[in-house]
Amino acid sequence: MNIFKKTILTVLASLFIIGNVSAEKIKIGTEGAYPPWNSKDASGNLIGFEVELAKELCAIMKYECTIVEQDWDGMIPALVMRKFDAIMAGMSITAERQKTITFSQGYADEVASLAVMKGSSLEGMDTPEGINLSLGGSDVKKALKTLTGALAGKTVCTQTGTIHQNFLESGDVGSVNVRTYKTQDEVNLDLTSGRCDVALAAAVAFTDYADKSGKPVVLVGPTFSGGAFGNGVGVGIRQASDSAIGKRDAKILKDFNKAINKARKQGIISKLAIKHFGFDASM
Amino acid sequence: MDFELMITSFPKLLGATVVTLKLLSASLFFGLFLGLFFAILRLNKNIFINKFAYGYSYIFRGTPLLVQIFIIYFGLGQIEYLRTTFLWVILKEPYWCAIIAFTLNTGAYTSEILRSAFQTIKPGIIEAGKSLGISNKIIFYKIQIPIAIRQSLPAYGNEIILMMKGTSLASTVTLMDLTGVAKYIISTTFKPIEVFIVAGGIYLFMTFIIHNVIKYLEKKYSFQQ
Repeated sequence: MNIFKKTILTVLASLFIIGNVSAEKIKIGTEGAYPPWNSKDASGNLIGFEVELAKELCAIMKYECTIVEQDWDGMIPALVMRKFDAIMAGMSITAERQKTITFSQGYADEVASLAVMKGSSLEGMDTPEGINLSLGGSDVKKALKTLTGALAGKTVCTQTGTIHQNFLESGDVGSVNVRTYKTQDEVNLDLTSGRCDVALAAAVAFTDYADKSGKPVVLVGPTFSGGAFGNGVGVGIRQASDSAIGKRDAKILKDFNKAINKARKQGIISKLAIKHFGFDASM
Repeated sequence: MDFELMITSFPKLLGATVVTLKLLSASLFFGLFLGLFFAILRLNKNIFINKFAYGYSYIFRGTPLLVQIFIIYFGLGQIEYLRTTFLWVILKEPYWCAIIAFTLNTGAYTSEILRSAFQTIKPGIIEAGKSLGISNKIIFYKIQIPIAIRQSLPAYGNEIILMMKGTSLASTVTLMDLTGVAKYIISTTFKPIEVFIVAGGIYLFMTFIIHNVIKYLEKKYSFQQ
């Protein structure tokens, strides 16, 4: 028994030493169901903007990274329970999430928009092109008022646990009838079937779906940013603590911040954004 | 462990339990009639009627309930023609889609439970009725059905419990049942363990009640030896 214990300890110790000497090994969680941010190809491989960006960032940090899949609704709990070490899943930096986890600096801007099927009565809404909820002002107020009137009595669909749900429930557009789905795919399905009058998500999620499915999904109203929509998309990481693992988390955060700076300067983020979104969403 | 969250989420989850119970009672109610109907068809000597009833129970017992809900909710929703018919009024609502799926599923299991109960009735009992000059119709309604129901109580109790747990799948089609609200609370607090423990406790309590009601009925209607 004693020998057995010793062997285990030696093996564990050696693993620890090797781990320290060689490159840091981390796992990055992504959803794989939010194209073009992150999705899967026909054979099940993870693809998309964040999958490619993660590879670039890991190369800069000299980390050995494995990208793993995790359902959106369990993303933050899975990070906290150490199923992986970082989140790159189109997750916007919000105060609500920062109570539980921490974020790197933002690497891309998520522009949210409402979408309807062509021919909907909501088309041609009289609002500015984009509103920033953090800035406020009479324009924003007027736009929110228009939206409140337009959305009254409509079923608005969105993915569970997203900034879009937070916004719809914030009261900024009155009390709307919100219906939430596990994935964006399901939102798209029910938008086309007509169960949803209107849907809210990242604008690119709708344009990507419209392109690939050929369904007449069109964006309406203003694009949203600020306020409930957070401050850009960043890498989600566990909050640092004084323990050995907590210090490792702090180091991962520091390395990601540095790597994002470097990738931005070299134009890697812009290049990937243009490739996947069709415009430069880097920040 | 965040006990405060467990306490604050309890009333919200209890409110959502009403939706769960509504789904359960509606699907059990319709499912019982559907099950009885198909059990009777199964006893029919006509091979086409018999095979049709068998096919129904084979399909719905042979596929996962989740797949059935998805086909009825997302699948039927994609058929453009259907959306122009009156059926869409019902199928548009996730609530009715869930009830239709649950009813068809529990109906299939109930038909099997009742069929086997009918088949275990000893021929002697029916013959005794015939020898007293009772008509076939009366024998069926007054002898066979009551005995079959009594025989199937333990198995049917099981089916109720399975169906109660099955209603948690309603949350996958946007319904805010017990599981749906639990997931909603988790999506804002990021604490699945606490919330799921409370939700699991409520499910367990419902199982406890159903189990004891069935046990009481079994005792009340037990055959005098």
